[in-house]
Amino acid sequence: MMRKREVAIIGIGQSKVGEHWDKSIRQLASEAIVSAIKDAKIERVDMLYVGNALSGELALQEHLGAAIADFSGLRTVEAYKVEAAGASGAAALRLGYLAVAGGLADFVVVCGVEKVTDAPAERVNSALSLGIDGEYERELGLSLIALNALIMRRYMYEYGYELRDFAGFSVNAHKNAANNPYAMFRNPITEKAFVEARMVVEPINLLDSSPVADGAAAVVLCPMEMAKDFQAKPVRIASSAAATDTLALHDRKDPLFLEAAYLSARRAYEIAGIKPEDVDLFELYDSFTIMAALSLEAAGFAERGQGVRLAMEGQISLDGRIPISTMGGLKARGNPLGATGVYQVAEAVLQLRHEAGPNQVKDAHWALVQSIGGVGSTVVTHILEGPD
Amino acid sequence: MSLPAVWRTRKQRYSLVGEVCSKCGAKIFPPRDVCPECSKPAQTPYSFSGRGVVYSFAVVYQASEEFEEYAPYAVAMVKLEEGPMVTAQLTDVDPEEVKVGMPVEMVTRKLYEEGEGGVIHYGYKFRPRVG
Amino acid sequence: MLLKTAKPVGIVGYGAYVPRYRIKAEEIARVWTGGNMEPPVREKSVPGLDEDTVTIALEAARNALARARIDPKLIKAVWVGSESHPYAVKPTGTIVAEAIGATPYVQAGDWEFACKAGTEALQAALGLVGSGMADYVLVIGADTAQGRPGDALEYTAAAGGAAFIIGPAEESLAIIEASCSYVTDTPDFFRRPKRNYPSHGARFTGEPAYFHHIEMAARTLMEEMGYKPQDFAYAVFHQPNLKFPQTIARKLGFAPEQIKEGLLVGEIGNTYAASSLIGLTAVLDVAKPGERILLVSFGSGAGSDAFSILTTDRLPERQALAPSTRAYIARRKEVDYALYVRYRRKLEME
Repeated sequence: MMRKREVAIIGIGQSKVGEHWDKSIRQLASEAIVSAIKDAKIERVDMLYVGNALSGELALQEHLGAAIADFSGLRTVEAYKVEAAGASGAAALRLGYLAVAGGLADFVVVCGVEKVTDAPAERVNSALSLGIDGEYERELGLSLIALNALIMRRYMYEYGYELRDFAGFSVNAHKNAANNPYAMFRNPITEKAFVEARMVVEPINLLDSSPVADGAAAVVLCPMEMAKDFQAKPVRIASSAAATDTLALHDRKDPLFLEAAYLSARRAYEIAGIKPEDVDLFELYDSFTIMAALSLEAAGFAERGQGVRLAMEGQISLDGRIPISTMGGLKARGNPLGATGVYQVAEAVLQLRHEAGPNQVKDAHWALVQSIGGVGSTVVTHILEGPD
Repeated sequence: MSLPAVWRTRKQRYSLVGEVCSKCGAKIFPPRDVCPECSKPAQTPYSFSGRGVVYSFAVVYQASEEFEEYAPYAVAMVKLEEGPMVTAQLTDVDPEEVKVGMPVEMVTRKLYEEGEGGVIHYGYKFRPRVG
Repeated sequence: MLLKTAKPVGIVGYGAYVPRYRIKAEEIARVWTGGNMEPPVREKSVPGLDEDTVTIALEAARNALARARIDPKLIKAVWVGSESHPYAVKPTGTIVAEAIGATPYVQAGDWEFACKAGTEALQAALGLVGSGMADYVLVIGADTAQGRPGDALEYTAAAGGAAFIIGPAEESLAIIEASCSYVTDTPDFFRRPKRNYPSHGARFTGEPAYFHHIEMAARTLMEEMGYKPQDFAYAVFHQPNLKFPQTIARKLGFAPEQIKEGLLVGEIGNTYAASSLIGLTAVLDVAKPGERILLVSFGSGAGSDAFSILTTDRLPERQALAPSTRAYIARRKEVDYALYVRYRRKLEME
């Protein structure tokens, strides 16, 4: 498959992740889009892709493409909602990338947005499980968290881990979020607090589960050849790849292996022409610590069953071998579902522009960014290259 | 799940009725008409024995709306003796007693009710073998 | 007065189910009387949150099917007797029939006659099979009985199920020689549709109800068959508590050893429509070929069905094909009154 053109990210915009009682889904999105367009200094938008997972269910609004284009000053621009459960934001980026790379659009805005607080908490919890198998998982009493808990228990059983071994993922995320003004939780947590936290679905506890809240983030794409007219530090999308796996966890060939993550990462490395050793930071999908561990394994940073060791040995910190969740990750920056994938990209862009402040990863040049939908049923991976 | 969806899948949920592939003999659950092993059409009904082993388990303390009144409850991935893996609740067992590798058998129990006046959803769960 | 079938029929499969949970009578007494009461049973069974008459009937039915070893498609009626059918309109039988694979060419209407709903259905089953209309009929008595908090019946209202597949005598593990039903309009215990709990007439439920109907049905059956109590190896009576069946057994001339195997109420409480039937399953689990069993149910409202049953030499090989009733009784987990109240949904949640 041949790309027609290289694609650059020339602008980013983010909102604080949290409870935005005073903003509707359109207002949230609009804020991020206007901010991104301002950062990119563009005057024309050719397409808008809106990554969103649950607007119909939780914000009672479908047709988000038109709704948000209208409210963001982009009336008449072609616009679509893109949905792939937790990977919606990343999927929206992929489609925006395809449009620019294929020569069909020059200026594309990709916005991820989610508004959960208009719905009661019980409905939000139930809605999170719309991304798993409705007939053979949800109907039987399973939820997305429960499926992750099943993976975690088996992983602990096969590789001999204890709960405390996973603490490093959450502790690292919270530590990094302290310096991220857009993060939902900026308080540090300790390993002790992690081990003693109340169970949600055992063995997953409250300090293991990423918080779901409102949020919006946006990026602006344009062909690499034009980028310097708009942004002194354009970030190149070196590759974009996606794969799916069975919807139901019980249908997986190996429930402890994120095959879609492995396939999309491998393809992304291939197209970008780099290896795991070249990666300077990995914005992975730490919805739960077990997902972080398995993502590290699938992307080639650890052998099977050894992903947790990277957290135990401090290798995931900003100065470690493979920094993850550099601005707080899903765990502490927060998980506004359909918006998350775009937050991950915006954060990676800050790192590659060397604008990450106290969280700057030294000499960051290659960033791996990955989002997961459901329990690994859709995985979208991007590799970004910094300007220097 | 909607009423028609509940009705469509009743034999699967009440009695673990799946399929057997007429080409390669693989037992399939849930039924999907194309064999996941050899990709040939598979439409012959097959009733699973219900016997299996716990592959993994978890304990749900915070449940979705419909299941709230039953929490806390254990869930498990169960490897059926005929091959397929299913996910379901465990019942008639204290969560502390559950172990990976525990032999279990299928029983049909209430999943939830759509309120006091609504339809009752029944489906498979697994429990330690009796007798 | 005696009911006999045109073709000889019998039981080709039987099965029981008792839930795992138990509450001791003394625990109920602790809450309501400060311990000041004489427990009518030691403990009773309590259904789990995910159990109801459908699930209980279904497991008993599956056990009966395992012992019968017949193709479920040959079952022409699935009749469940209960006073706690989960739906007032939509028969329990339809769900059980679907789940065991007896649909679609099958009868599946529900039965109600208080604690004799199951044996009422059994009488009809004898007719359907005995007339040649059906090869097999599945009959189930099952209940998740509710006791009004603090009432005398709360000590005994329990949950359980017993299922029987009736078929040709030539395939039976026990043949049904004859039966007799005795029914009058006697309002000893009843429930109006919008009430959660039944009303009962206290001591009125004794002599004019339980004792009169059981005695009449049993004596009529025995006289017309020319049988004496000694002709029976076992006698199983409806068991609302320990005292009543022991008293009627004595009155009819049966010895304690004859009723011992089938008397389960002390350990699992009164399983209502399953009561006498589950006692029969416990007897069939241990009986030998050629033994005669008297089964007499009682249902408030009121009536009794009496059956004379004779085991065949097919029985021993079928006993182990499903869990025994004693295996279910031995499977027990005690709950306190608070958990019991939660499981029985006695709390107003809204």
